[in-house]
Amino acid sequence: MTTATNPVANIGRATLDFLADVGRICIFAAQSLLAVFTPPFYLANLGRQLLSVGFYSLPVVGLTALFTGAVLAQQIYIGTGRFNAESTVPTIVVFGITRELGPVIASLMVAGRVAAAMAAELGTMRVTEQIDALTTLATNPFRYLIAPRVLAATLMLPILVLIGDIIGVMGGWLLSTTVLGYNSVGYLQRSMDFLETWDVISGLIKAGVFGFIIALMGCYQGFNSSGGAQGVGRATTNAVVSASILILAANYIITSIVFTD
Amino acid sequence: MATPKLSLQDVHKRFGSKVVLDGVSLDVYPGESVVVMGGSGTGKSVMLKCVLGLIQPDSGRILLDGNDITHVHGREREHLLRRFGMLFQGGALFDSLRVWRNVSFGLISAQRMRKRDARARAVEILAKVGLGPEVGDLRPAELSGGMQKRVALARAIATNPEIIFFDEPTAGLDPIMADVINKLIIERVRDLGATALTITHDMASARKIADRIGMLHGGKIIWIGPAAEVDHSGNPYVEQFIHGRAEGPITMAVRRQ
Ligand SMILES: Nc1ncnc2c1ncn2[C@@H]1O[C@H](COP(=O)(O)OP(=O)(O)OP(=O)(O)O)[C@@H](O)[C@H]1O
Ligand SMILES: [Mg+2]
Repeated sequence: MTTATNPVANIGRATLDFLADVGRICIFAAQSLLAVFTPPFYLANLGRQLLSVGFYSLPVVGLTALFTGAVLAQQIYIGTGRFNAESTVPTIVVFGITRELGPVIASLMVAGRVAAAMAAELGTMRVTEQIDALTTLATNPFRYLIAPRVLAATLMLPILVLIGDIIGVMGGWLLSTTVLGYNSVGYLQRSMDFLETWDVISGLIKAGVFGFIIALMGCYQGFNSSGGAQGVGRATTNAVVSASILILAANYIITSIVFTD
Repeated sequence: MATPKLSLQDVHKRFGSKVVLDGVSLDVYPGESVVVMGGSGTGKSVMLKCVLGLIQPDSGRILLDGNDITHVHGREREHLLRRFGMLFQGGALFDSLRVWRNVSFGLISAQRMRKRDARARAVEILAKVGLGPEVGDLRPAELSGGMQKRVALARAIATNPEIIFFDEPTAGLDPIMADVINKLIIERVRDLGATALTITHDMASARKIADRIGMLHGGKIIWIGPAAEVDHSGNPYVEQFIHGRAEGPITMAVRRQ
């Protein structure tokens, strides 16, 4: 059997490739973090990224949160109705949104927008030698291009998620009061009664981590792309896919290890 | 003889199994203008990138003023690169920035010049490459290919670097504009004392700007000599190249591959 068709060899090679990738991403992450904390800081670039990651993601995050909150209320109403516990709907909706669905769904949506945009932009800069040109003009690409993106995404995601949380709860409230016949003030009251600060904070911490992952994967894939337009296309797809998978994996790890209470 | 400004000593570089540089050695003396010619894909651009540290050579040494810079990285490399100017073959203009920001990028980032002064300086340099001040406010995507090349050239020389690399400065320009660029390169070297290393296929341009002309073939500099001697090099590769003949030793090598 040749090595190309030997299944054991293939699994071995894939595993090694995977480990090499993990290593490269870790090094890239360390370099990015170093760049975030060492001068010079490019504030104009940071401003532009804050705007494009934060402000321009608001419509996407707002709409998904609204619908998610509404459908969550609907389903929980059906579920709790089976054992006559409909009064718990507001509590469960707010719990589910702040701790889980708010951060995860907003981050997945932003991953689709932002990781793709970062990978496409940096990938184009790579294949047209703009990153090389930046280096020859004595400017560190990690500080100029990557640090602002990583910082902007890590800062903006918690803010976006907080706004998403509020809109999500409003979505549940809207559906419950208009369709399911809940009392408007009573619903909001019950939403707040059992909500703990930690529910919201833990979701926002998650969001920060997810923001970091989004920018990291967008930048990593773009920065290391090669092979013209096709390569940039591949980098863009890889950025969205890898960011989404890492967000879900990180969410599990964070929830099961850190936020067990 | 004086210490070379720039010296490549037995530089090797391969990509996978493909050997591109196979022991390149080249000295460029202070205030000299050297032209390197060679067939497409022989590794001329790779050679320049090895010197700049954009590509790490597999072996060999690169000396700047007699100091080994082959393995200089990080801040030190950043500092070193301030002494270089580079015109990329494809221009490599930052397409998110306006033309004047492109031209003054090195002035603002490396020399910390104020924006207003940098802008005035950008307009000045644009004029030198035959572009009016109104071009400064455009984006690179709004320029023609030849205009992009000239803006890239303006960016490469804006900081008055000691050593300038020009990767095909006249490709894609009309003959008149090509001559303006030739004059500009000569002026940099003669008047400002810069050291220039130019890659070109344009023989007319090479004869005008070069003190010495070298030829890269098969991963090595196979011939180098004063510009005036290029016509009597006695080297069949050089002769075929400068006369642009389809038949000769270079073509044979291509066919053999
Ligand atoms: N980053 C890279 N990865 C893999 N191969 C590369 C890379 N850069 C260059 N090469 C290969 O090295 C060889 C030399 O490329 P280079 O760009 O230096 O050619 P050149 O002499 O400048 O040609 P031209 O006159 O067409 O510009 C080419 O065969 C190219 O495929
Ligand atoms: Mg080239």
